[in-house]
Amino acid sequence: MPSLEIVLSVLDSSVRLAVPLVFAALAGLYSERSGVVDIGLEGKMLAAAFAAAAAAGVTQSAWLGLCAGVAASCALALVHGFACITHKGDHIVSGMAVNILAFGLTVILGVAWFAQGGRTPFLGSEARFGALVFPGADAVAPLPLLGPVYRELLSGHNILVYLAFACVGATAWALYRTRFGLRLRAVGENPAAVDTAGISVAFLRYRAVLICGILCGFAGAYLSTAQGAAFISGMTAGKGFIALAAMIFGKWRPWPVLSACLLFGFFEASAAHIQGVSLPLVGAVPVQAVQALPYLFTVVILAGFFGAAVAPRAAGKPYTRGEH
Amino acid sequence: MCKAFGPVRANDDISLALAKGKIHGIVGENGAGKTTLMNVLYGCQRADAGEIYINGARRSLRSSAAAIRAGIGMVHQHFMLVDNFSVLENIMLGCERGMFLGANSPGPRRARAELQRLAAEYKLRADPDALTGDLPVGAQQRVEMLKTLVRGAEILILDEPTGALTPQEADDLFRILRVIRGQGKTVVLITHKLREIMAVSDRVTVMRDGRVVAVRETRDTNAGELSELMVGRAVATESRTAPPRRDSGTALTVKNLRVRDRHRVVRVRDVNLSLRSGEILGVAGVAGNGQSELLEALAGMCRVDGGEIVFHRGGGGGGGDGQGEAAAGSSPSQLRAKGVAHVPEDRRATGMVAFESASHAAILGYHREAQYRRGRNPRGIFFDWPFIGAQTRRRMDEFDVRPPLPEIRAAQFSGGNQQKLILAREMVREPRVLLIGQPTRGVDIGAIEFIHRKILTLRDQGSAILLVSVELEEILALADRIVVMFNGAVVGETPAAAADEKQLGRWMAGVRDEG
Amino acid sequence: MKAETLGAPQNVPWWIDPLLLTLCNLALAFAFSALLVWFIGESPPAIAAELLRGAFGSAEAVGYTLFYATNFIFTGLAVAVAYHCGLFNIGGEGQAYIGGLGLGLVALYMDALPFPLLLLCAMLAAALFGAGWSLVPAVLQAKRGSHVVITTIMFNFIAAALMNYLLVNVLIKPGSMSPETRVFADSAHLPMVHDLAAAVGLGLSASPLNLSFFIALLCCAATWLFLWHTPWGYEVRTVGGNPRAAVYAGISPSRCIILAMCLSGGLAGLLSLNEILGSQHRLLIEFTAGYGFVGIAVALMGRSHPAGIVLAAILFGALYQGGAELAYTFERISKDIVIVIQGLVILFTGALGFMLRPPLGAAWAKIFRGGGGRAVA
Repeated sequence: MPSLEIVLSVLDSSVRLAVPLVFAALAGLYSERSGVVDIGLEGKMLAAAFAAAAAAGVTQSAWLGLCAGVAASCALALVHGFACITHKGDHIVSGMAVNILAFGLTVILGVAWFAQGGRTPFLGSEARFGALVFPGADAVAPLPLLGPVYRELLSGHNILVYLAFACVGATAWALYRTRFGLRLRAVGENPAAVDTAGISVAFLRYRAVLICGILCGFAGAYLSTAQGAAFISGMTAGKGFIALAAMIFGKWRPWPVLSACLLFGFFEASAAHIQGVSLPLVGAVPVQAVQALPYLFTVVILAGFFGAAVAPRAAGKPYTRGEH
Repeated sequence: MCKAFGPVRANDDISLALAKGKIHGIVGENGAGKTTLMNVLYGCQRADAGEIYINGARRSLRSSAAAIRAGIGMVHQHFMLVDNFSVLENIMLGCERGMFLGANSPGPRRARAELQRLAAEYKLRADPDALTGDLPVGAQQRVEMLKTLVRGAEILILDEPTGALTPQEADDLFRILRVIRGQGKTVVLITHKLREIMAVSDRVTVMRDGRVVAVRETRDTNAGELSELMVGRAVATESRTAPPRRDSGTALTVKNLRVRDRHRVVRVRDVNLSLRSGEILGVAGVAGNGQSELLEALAGMCRVDGGEIVFHRGGGGGGGDGQGEAAAGSSPSQLRAKGVAHVPEDRRATGMVAFESASHAAILGYHREAQYRRGRNPRGIFFDWPFIGAQTRRRMDEFDVRPPLPEIRAAQFSGGNQQKLILAREMVREPRVLLIGQPTRGVDIGAIEFIHRKILTLRDQGSAILLVSVELEEILALADRIVVMFNGAVVGETPAAAADEKQLGRWMAGVRDEG
Repeated sequence: MKAETLGAPQNVPWWIDPLLLTLCNLALAFAFSALLVWFIGESPPAIAAELLRGAFGSAEAVGYTLFYATNFIFTGLAVAVAYHCGLFNIGGEGQAYIGGLGLGLVALYMDALPFPLLLLCAMLAAALFGAGWSLVPAVLQAKRGSHVVITTIMFNFIAAALMNYLLVNVLIKPGSMSPETRVFADSAHLPMVHDLAAAVGLGLSASPLNLSFFIALLCCAATWLFLWHTPWGYEVRTVGGNPRAAVYAGISPSRCIILAMCLSGGLAGLLSLNEILGSQHRLLIEFTAGYGFVGIAVALMGRSHPAGIVLAAILFGALYQGGAELAYTFERISKDIVIVIQGLVILFTGALGFMLRPPLGAAWAKIFRGGGGRAVA
């Protein structure tokens, strides 16, 4: 049996790795629930990570960095909205453009501004989000099980980690208990119903896309100013797509999406631990197999073998009044 | 209360006055501009000119929101409901009363109370917690009406409300409309079905080509006058070229056919039919009673759950049935090879690819034929486009498709010309059996006559024709024999010569003959 | 289909859409790129001149440009074939990667074969492996309705993980530090164009341009013939244009989806012919380098027509080649400017493709009132 220490450390890093997925998957959830398909989560995260690291480096403030990250991500979100909502462009094509644009822009601007081959300067602790230690974390540490769990797993994360989990609850509440949520769910299923109820489809979708931008901004800022300490080109490394996968895996619902993110975070965390380790029953598992698991899971889910994964009905379809 | 309308583009200089507490009918053929007019009233489209007065006050209805505020409610032909919402959520959408919608928030509580009140007042019952998508069509329509009433609508506009309703549901609707009228509200009923107008309205406005051509008190008019006004001339029954040949053999036999849709709902139940060569069998019925599914099942487009479909070989010869070929489960291409042609009900959605060329549409379904390959070689792998273009051009001339340009996109032709293009494709092969659905839906009058003539000519050449139409007049004008479908089953059959409209109407309402 | 209803002007000449509109969109993309260049303090004209010089300034540069264009023709065609069936294949990257595996295995283990036979086997293997990699998303789309966009994205990552594993743990050259196979035997190299030219007495400077450029052009012609001149292509386009009409016509949408996706994957797989058999001569990690994604821009710009794809591929080839030269001359700008341009091209010719259509149509009507157009009822 692996020791408690290892289990805790894997779980701890699962949580840390899941955080950007949670933000980005919730971002995708808002967007797709409103009917705007977004495969550009990756690009928005990347842009936010760059902007956050750059701004934090210049201003020496993690919070200003976060603001810059959110702004950059929102700018791209608005480009996506402009193409998909105002001009009824193809959502996939637009999302692809956002991804590629973000990758290119972050490198170009990084080289031009910092001349470090696309990196941003290393951030000191004052320009990053530091760990919050819960009261009494050290005091309860000696307690069996509960102590280490409290100290390692619950306490000692940065503020964005807690924010991510709070966002899940807030999203669930907003989606099912508020007027905005009701309209958001409606516009993703049948925009004509929303339109004829006297509500602007475009405005509603723009708001959803902006929320998506804000949350992707958090995800990106987390990568470069909380988890890491600088921006490295392409540092999202497919996390935006894993988040997309988690959103599908969670069937566009907040709490299942959180579970999917934690699961995928756990895969990533355990990949680092199983290198060269022989597991019971299966023997040595290649790291790459574990890395591919989120994608495989998503394909299986999409294939509908475990209940249908049904996207919001109007997702990806531009809305034109009077067309069915 | 009065509304006046100045010149409107798709609607040309329409003036309309609606009195409070009455049911107003607006009738007109497809494309007469009824829906445009109502969209303007509901703020979906902006009028280019003209004014709208409600209770004497001028109102500008720039958006649906403004229309709702002005007390106008609309029940659209296609329901504006979110299927995976509860009835309560659908009712609340757009008039939530507050930001928050927890179970104890004022919004949901008030909406529930309102629903109870309306259920009592208007006999409009709906379970607030039911999933909307699971409700039958009639119940969904009730939800739509509740939506408008909850928003305090004083003027209710219903666009083709009975299109998808069974006759009982339609009767139920009319009963509710009368209750609503009794509460002092105004109802506008848009339809092309004169029967309904005569049954329920107080006053009727007839529209044609974007204009109001007449306003009548319902009690002072009759269906005949209205239909003449709608069409713009006396409606004459078509003259037949020849009586059907009596000695012809059976071309198609259907035994106990059953079809279910994707949701496993039975759409066609135990239908028995037989169709002779040189005969037109008209399938009448209210839309949505299984005619579409019957047509698609016969054409091989959907799966058959049970029963037999037999297309008989060599239908021409002397009375006896030809050799049969069981065809249930055959694919559309197998059926075409057997001489079964199909003109689909919805030409744009089914019969062609809108943005491909007319030539593309002209060979759809027959594109595997050797004549279209280079060298007329059945094993050839390349199309002979010059040949296809020339042939399409000839057929366009023959069927009077305008403009006769094979290379332009199918979408650029008008509805009538698209239909003629499809008819040309399906008719030139002189099929043994022609399945044809709604041949003149959305087609202008000139083209209707042309299409009807072509159908009759094909019959005289010995084809067996199964005609599905929701327009009873069309069935009466063309068919030699009529069956009526209701709720997936054939409820009555009669030779056209002996057809009695009242009897057909009873069958369409699902009333079977005794004994 | 939707585009048809977006205020398409009815009485403008047919070429407005494919040519003028595309050029205007392209101009917008370049204008925004120039803006970016100016913003970071370089001179847009100087950059443009350097790009052009780097791409076309010498025979060698042209050779490189066409070498890159070869990659983009393959991946652009791959996107286009799927697009004509109404599918968006984002999986070109992964399919090309796995196609490379097939080709690499042939080149590594069958190099005793005579060259023509080897080439044939390598091509077949590349195409089959690529097609195989798109088969699962295709079948899932056709039979279970799983959205091919998402599944092909997922398969890109799965391909990356698989190749990573194979190259690091299985196929790696013994003793090598970097994850790549041994160099193929000389007999398994595609002939270079400059060698071919020399054989007929033509002196061309050396570049990686190789035989696969011509194979790519052949693929273009074959794709064109397939899509517009064979019944199968007709069926594929019918499914793409209107799946219900396809069912009505007795065409099986699922068969067409699988056919189109396999052809698409096969074409993407052929990328390795140029990149691996033609240039690198060994299988190495991430050799696809995003070319699969460039294919999206190329197909959008080329309007999914083989002729347009060749032109678009040459444009992107030039950008890639010219971009690689930028870093030598300018210190504040890197070749990644090409990626920005690529993103902007996808944005303006793809997602915002019809933004300029109404104003263009209106302008046309204003300038040439009634002239040249054909009114259609």
